[in-house]
Amino acid sequence: MDIRKLKENHKLLKEYKYELGKVDKGYANRTLYVNISNNTIKEKPVTDFMKDKFVGGKGFGMWYLWNAVTPTTRWNEPENEIVIAGGPVCGITQYAGTGKSLVCSLSPLTDIPIDSNVGGYFGPLLKFAGFDALEIQGKAEKDIIVYIDGNTGVVTIEEAPLEAIDGHVLGEQLTEMYADNEADKRNVAVVTAGTGAEHTRFGLLNFTFYDPRRKVTRLKQAGRGGIGTVFRDKKLKALIIKFSNVKGDLNNAFDQAIINKTGIKYHKEIHDLDSKQNNMRKIGTANIIEVMDAYDLLPVMNYQYGMHPDTQKIKSTVFIEKYITQGVQDGCWYGCSMACAKAADGFELKTGPYKGHKVTVDGPEYENAAGLGSNCGIFDPEGILELNFYCDTYGIDTISFGTATAFAMECYERGIINKEITCGMELNFGNFEAAVELLHQMSRGEGFGVTVGQGIHKMKKLFAEKYGADPDFLFDIGMEQKGLEYSEYMPKESLAQQGGYGLTNKGPQHDEAWLIFMDMVNNQIPTFEDKAEALHYFPMFRTWFGLYGLCKLPWNDIVPADNKYTSEPAKVPEHVQNYLDVVYGVTGKKLSVLDMIKESERVYNFQRIFNIRMGKGLRANDKIPYRSMGPVTAEEYESRKERYDKQLAEKIGYDPEDKTIEEKMAVMREYREDQYEKLTDAVYKRRGWNSNGVPTLEHLKYLGIDFPEVVEIVKDLQ
Amino acid sequence: MIKLNNRDFPWEEGMTVESVMRAKSFTYSRIIVKVNGQHVDQEDYSNTAINDGDEVQMIHLLAGG
Repeated sequence: MDIRKLKENHKLLKEYKYELGKVDKGYANRTLYVNISNNTIKEKPVTDFMKDKFVGGKGFGMWYLWNAVTPTTRWNEPENEIVIAGGPVCGITQYAGTGKSLVCSLSPLTDIPIDSNVGGYFGPLLKFAGFDALEIQGKAEKDIIVYIDGNTGVVTIEEAPLEAIDGHVLGEQLTEMYADNEADKRNVAVVTAGTGAEHTRFGLLNFTFYDPRRKVTRLKQAGRGGIGTVFRDKKLKALIIKFSNVKGDLNNAFDQAIINKTGIKYHKEIHDLDSKQNNMRKIGTANIIEVMDAYDLLPVMNYQYGMHPDTQKIKSTVFIEKYITQGVQDGCWYGCSMACAKAADGFELKTGPYKGHKVTVDGPEYENAAGLGSNCGIFDPEGILELNFYCDTYGIDTISFGTATAFAMECYERGIINKEITCGMELNFGNFEAAVELLHQMSRGEGFGVTVGQGIHKMKKLFAEKYGADPDFLFDIGMEQKGLEYSEYMPKESLAQQGGYGLTNKGPQHDEAWLIFMDMVNNQIPTFEDKAEALHYFPMFRTWFGLYGLCKLPWNDIVPADNKYTSEPAKVPEHVQNYLDVVYGVTGKKLSVLDMIKESERVYNFQRIFNIRMGKGLRANDKIPYRSMGPVTAEEYESRKERYDKQLAEKIGYDPEDKTIEEKMAVMREYREDQYEKLTDAVYKRRGWNSNGVPTLEHLKYLGIDFPEVVEIVKDLQ
Repeated sequence: MIKLNNRDFPWEEGMTVESVMRAKSFTYSRIIVKVNGQHVDQEDYSNTAINDGDEVQMIHLLAGG
C-alpha cells in the first residue's frame, strides 16, 4: 500500500486547535463534539451534574444521546449520534481490564439506544488527549475521517477517498499513516467499520491496538446493535487518535498507592490461579465451549438443542493446540494480566477477496464459536475462524450474524424459504460454504446475504408477508427481541436466564445477567422473589463496569482462592471491594456496594425511560420468543422427553402418560409462559417499576433522576 | 436419597463426591462443593464418601462477559 498516495488525496475540511489539558482524578473535564454535516468542532465542559448522575462511559453516552435526538429520530438521521466514552477509571494501567470504551447510538435494529463495550486503545487515548467523550453527529457527503492529535492539540475532519473500508486493511493503513515509526504505532488507535456494515443493519465497530510482538494491528469489536451501520451511513471511514507517552499515572489519581496495591494483589491471583480456573490466558472466553455443551446449554441449530456430539471438534483445546498462539501477552490495554484477547496467527483464508492471505484472526471468543459454529451446525474450527475473520473485517457483528443465519437455515430446512429465495444457495445447517458466501454477499451488497443482514425482525416480516410463512411460528423460532438477535446461550431451561435476556434495556444480550448456573444447575434462586433479586443486583452491578471504563471479565473469570468461604461466592466479594478501592484511588469517591448499585440504577432507569421516549420500553416490548422458553417443535420435545415429561408430572401435576406430544407441548407452553409473566411481575416490582414496566415517580425521586424532562415521559404512565 | 443442590438425587452404595459429579457431568472448573455444610477440596473428591440422606451442594460460579 502506498500510504503517501493515500494521504496526498486527503482533503482538509476543518481544523480545530485546542489547549492540551491534564486529567484530574480520572476526568479530563471536557468532551469533544464533532458535527460532520457542517464541520463544526467544539468542546463541552463536563459538569458536576453529569458526574453525579451519570458518572461517565455509558452514562455520558446516554445523556448526550438523549439531548441529541427527539422521539421521532431514527438511526439514519443526521441527529443520531455515535458517542464514545471511557469513564473515570479508564486508562489506569495497574489493574486488569481498565481500557474499555462504551459506544452509544440509536440502533438500526431496535430503534432505541444501544450500548456496546469494546477494548483497544481509543478510549484511554481519547481521555489522555483531553476528552472524556467524543460525540459524532451529522452526516458527511463523502467518505471522511476524523483525526485527533492528542500530542499537539489538533482535530481535523478530512475527506479520505482512497483508503480501504474493510477493518483489517484500513486499521493497518491508518496506523502506518499516522505513526512516525514502528515504535510510534502503539500510540495510534483507529476506529473503523467495514464493507458489510454498509449493507446490513448489524454493522460493528472495530477498535484497534497495535501489537508490537506480532507487528499487526489488532481489532476489538463494539459488536452489538449495528453501530457500525450508523458509522458508515454517516460516511465515516475512520476515527483516529494519537497520543504518545502513555504512563501509569496519567489519570492523576487521588491515591495512586491504593490502586497499585490492589493491582499487585490481583495480578498475583491471575498468576497463581488462572491455569486452575478458566484458562483465560490461554484461550480467553472460548474456554466454555465444551462446558456449555456438557450442561446442555450450547445453542445448536438455531437454539433447538443444547448439545451435539460434534462439539468435541470445536472444543477449546482444539483451538489452543492448533490455532491460538500461546505464550503471548494478549491484553487489549496496558497492564491487563488476564490477557484474554487471543488470536490465531498466520491463518490462511480459503474464500473471498482475501483468499490465500495469511492473517491474524482476533478470536475466537466463546460467542463467535457458538454463534458461527454450533448454532449454524458448523463444527469446523477453520470454518469458525474464517467466518470470525470476515465478520470482523467486514464490520459485521458475529452474534447477530450467527443467530440470524441460524434462523435462515432453519427456515430453509423447514421449507419456509427455498432456493429461489436464497438465490440458489442451499442454506442447510452445517453448510459453511453457504454461510461464508452470505457474508461475502453482505460485503458486496447483493443476494440473499443482504436479506439476512437486515436481521431476524425484518426477515420474519418479509417471510410472512411475501412468502406466506406463518407469522406465529416465525415469532416462536426467531431468536430476537426488541429487534436484537439473542447472544449465544440456550435459556430454555432457566427461567432466570429468560429474564436475563428478556428484561433488559437493549435487547437479549447476556452482559446484563448470566444466571443459568445459579438458577438451573445450582438451584440457588428457586422463588420468583429470589430470581427477581438476582435480576436486580446483577444487571445493576454489571452496568456499573460500563460507567467507569472497566471490563467485566476480571471480576468473575477468576476468583480468589478463598472465595468459596465467603457468604456470597457468586458476587466475588473481594473483587467487588477491589473495584471500590480502585474507584476511591482514582476519584477520591468512597462508595459502598449500595452506592455502586445506585449509580448504576440511575443510568439503567434513565435508559429504560429513554426507550419509552422512543416508543418502546414497556411490558409488551419485554416479551420473548417461545424458543427461548421451551420446546416449539416435536423434535425439540423429543430431544428432552424424559426431562419434560417429569416436569409435567411433578411441577404442573399433568400426567403425560398416553398424551400426544402436541397435548404435552401445549400444557408445557401455557405453564412456561405463565412463569415468565410471574417473573416479569416480580422483577418489575424489585426494580421499582409498575406492572407495565415503567419506573415509578417515587423510584425516580429516590434515585435523584426526577428531572422535568424525565418525569414528563413517565407521568401519564404511572 | 440425597439432596443435591436442594433437589432429590438417588443414593447408591459407595457414592463419593467424584461419582456424583461424573453422573451429573459436572465438568466445569470452578465448582464449590459442600457436604452437610462442610467444604470439600478438589483433591478429596474421590475419597469423600456421601451417605444416604446427606445434603450436597455443588455450586457453579458465574463467568463470562
